[in-house]
Amino acid sequence: MSKPKVFEKPIGVKDYLPGAVAKLRHIERDVLACMKGWGYEQIITPTMEYYDTVGVASSTSDQKLFKLLNNRGTTLVLRSDMTAPIARVVSSLLKESQFPLRLSYHGNVFRSIEEESGREAEFFQTGVELVGDASAEADAEVVALAIASLKAAGVDRFKIAIGHVGFLNGLFEETLAGRVEAQEQLKSCLLNRDYVGYRESLRGLKLEEPVQRELEGILRLRGGQEICEQALQLSADATAQESIRHLCEIWDVLKAYGVCEHVLIDLTMIGDFSYYTGMTFEGYAADLGFPVASGGRYDNLLSQFGRPAPATGFALKTTRILELVGAEEDTAGTTRVLIGYDGEGRAAALASAQQLREQGTAVITERMTEEDWKELGEGSFTYKGVAYTKGLPFIGGVEKATGGSKR
Amino acid sequence: MSEARKDILKVAMPKGRIYKQASKLFREAGLPIPSDFDDTRKLIIELPEVGMEFIMAKPVDVPTYVEYGVADIGIVGKDVLMEENKDVYELLDLGIAKCRMSVIGLADWKPVINPRVATKYPNVASQYFRELGQQVEVIKLNGSIELAPLIGLADRIVDMVETGQTLRENGLVEMEPIFPITSRLIANRVSYRMKNEAIQSLCDRLQDTIAAKV
Repeated sequence: MSKPKVFEKPIGVKDYLPGAVAKLRHIERDVLACMKGWGYEQIITPTMEYYDTVGVASSTSDQKLFKLLNNRGTTLVLRSDMTAPIARVVSSLLKESQFPLRLSYHGNVFRSIEEESGREAEFFQTGVELVGDASAEADAEVVALAIASLKAAGVDRFKIAIGHVGFLNGLFEETLAGRVEAQEQLKSCLLNRDYVGYRESLRGLKLEEPVQRELEGILRLRGGQEICEQALQLSADATAQESIRHLCEIWDVLKAYGVCEHVLIDLTMIGDFSYYTGMTFEGYAADLGFPVASGGRYDNLLSQFGRPAPATGFALKTTRILELVGAEEDTAGTTRVLIGYDGEGRAAALASAQQLREQGTAVITERMTEEDWKELGEGSFTYKGVAYTKGLPFIGGVEKATGGSKR
Repeated sequence: MSEARKDILKVAMPKGRIYKQASKLFREAGLPIPSDFDDTRKLIIELPEVGMEFIMAKPVDVPTYVEYGVADIGIVGKDVLMEENKDVYELLDLGIAKCRMSVIGLADWKPVINPRVATKYPNVASQYFRELGQQVEVIKLNGSIELAPLIGLADRIVDMVETGQTLRENGLVEMEPIFPITSRLIANRVSYRMKNEAIQSLCDRLQDTIAAKV
């Protein structure tokens, strides 16, 4: 690559100008407040972690991690999500704290990207982890909180799709017992969202007619509670049955929360099999091509940090939500006040400015001549490209301030 | 944007050869799509009577439109999907625009010291030869791929073969088929959930039509 031009920055990173920052802070504040209302306390973890601990434990694939070396030659990673760092904290600093633990976060995470397709190398996530509770109530709580958070962030039209890794694991184990390679192949098709490949692979396996139909049928397992009933008929495998019953229970809890209108069950929706251990979900907003939230149960992560515990959680893709709700037009235009003063009025002007600031008004002070001040006009005006209102008359020397002798 | 406007299904359609076959398939599935658009130069075709809007795209760009969600669904050849590797749902094999991706060379091809392969599909070609355990230099060309072996730019090419007519006329032979190609129906990750009913019902109608043909 040629030497970068001075305006360029690495691919996938962004600058946020005042309008966008105001909106981002707005979303961050409202979402964290919502999470606090559900008893989740915010924590902050470092941007850098060791590759061998958090890096290896994270759900991000190795080639997507940003790696760097410290001065001792140890490999570090820029955090790729907040879940693994929180697992580390829960197992160390919070080792003595009783379960369940409810933690929230808002922070930037990093992914090394291969190509330019709307993917970002650094973006903000706002989310929660609920550690130490394996119940369906806990899973439903994070889903309901994800819905509440999306609403708090200002997203109106959205859907949450819930699946369960146990269902497919069980179903495949039952229908393709011992055929590990075939199972892997089918799962990889589903993971890559390749339904054509999935059907082709099924045909290639030369299964009995009913089994083939059954496995093809799962591509349609998408909808409301009735999907659970259908799925229960589909597989007699213990893991699959247990998973579906767990999902039914989550649905019942969500019904009690009164949020089912936003939720659909989708048994083909699967996250990373090696990471998620139970319920998984994704959030989609109308008018945005990429998911805005994702989460699920990861009961094996904490044991990698020496404190085995069930855990569930989600992350909002805050940067994407910002894209959806748009930047704020002007941050302080309506309340920004200009105070003009001359040499003699300086002390009085700066004191008045301070008073107004304490009342929450944004104040800018500028030394100028009274003639210039008058040219600005009255009420609202634009000065050097910024919108102001005149809060106070010109503050000048005693004579000028009274305005008597000049006339 | 009105509510009704939001529920329109945006379909990225490949311009040219595949479009005619795709619109025919849509008509066979009972969707009243006028055939007068087969040679249109319009970029966006509104079809309010079927609740759709066609976005006329260069075939290789179809997966990009769908991945970003500016189109909800799209129709595209498997060759493009293999090459572009986009994060979209591949819902249905439409069984149209059938051909195959193949390795092609001169009739008297012999192994060479510096194997060079010319292609419009550099990712597909690289992956194929890597899996065979062969290290080859892949040269990306944008058209008239068949020229490459004739003028000595490459000793083989990877390209689509439909009837083999062009190959025969130029003294080339199909050395090995890589995989069969047909057009596919693809969907955006979000649209597939947010507009599931519309997409699923279209998918079902097409699937029935295709099954009836076989």
